[in-house]
Amino acid sequence: MIDTEPTNCQELVELVTDYLEGALGAGDLRRFEAHLAVCAGCERYLEQLRETIRISGTLTVDDLSPDAERTLLDGFRDWASAS
Amino acid sequence: MEQGDAQLVAALRAGDEETFRSLVHAWNGPLLRVAQIFVPSRGVAEEVVQETWLRVLGALDKFEGRSSLKTWVFRILVNTAKTRGQREGRVLPFSALNDPGRIPEPAVDPGRFRPEDDPRYPGGWSAPPPELPEDRLVAAETRGVIGRAIAALPATQAAVISLRDVEGWSSEEVCNALDLTEVNQRVLLHRARARVRRALEQYLTPQIA
Repeated sequence: MIDTEPTNCQELVELVTDYLEGALGAGDLRRFEAHLAVCAGCERYLEQLRETIRISGTLTVDDLSPDAERTLLDGFRDWASAS
Repeated sequence: MEQGDAQLVAALRAGDEETFRSLVHAWNGPLLRVAQIFVPSRGVAEEVVQETWLRVLGALDKFEGRSSLKTWVFRILVNTAKTRGQREGRVLPFSALNDPGRIPEPAVDPGRFRPEDDPRYPGGWSAPPPELPEDRLVAAETRGVIGRAIAALPATQAAVISLRDVEGWSSEEVCNALDLTEVNQRVLLHRARARVRRALEQYLTPQIA
């Protein structure tokens, strides 16, 4: 990090989601990337968030219990035969 | 109506069980997460999801395709869950969805930065994030840590991060399903990811935390 850099680390960590979502304005984006280029701590923070997102994407989701599925399919059949 | 939705609706109206079965499976996780914003327990959330599907079928003839089928189903879920939540005596603070930024919540403990009056690097890291051991990042136990961290989040954050990062929905889909603004969606996602990263760091490098 260099002294003339207007974005400090504490500010940068609050902008990370806007950065990843493509929601930073041109000026903020320039300052964000300029800071990142010279700050190993912030680079690692961003990398860890990306890792968090990647691992979240590998999680399996709650599937329907067999009981719940049966109840729903019964409801569907009733509905289909009535309509 | 969007073509994929038109086909789904036609199949449901024709009584095609396989279509119904695949939809209730595909959307079960997201429906449960969103229901849990409004109701006090997982069990009640499951009942809300069941009730939602019956209401969806009952109203299917009125679906005109002004929104996607998914958005429409989630709107019905939210209404059903809100009504049920009120009956269960659950009071959702207005700010939880509509003004999540009102109460500040730093992404990183302020104690890990240098003070504002630091002569050289005000607001710079004093305790930067440690390197996380690569071999443990890929381990199954780490996925468990992240899953538990998501489950422990406030319900609104848990819903947003589950839809975005676990299910891979776009921000637009999440905003539509939850009736959230882009900005509020980002605030909730930001806080959720920051908390989950924190849990990951604490688990992999406990000496820092």
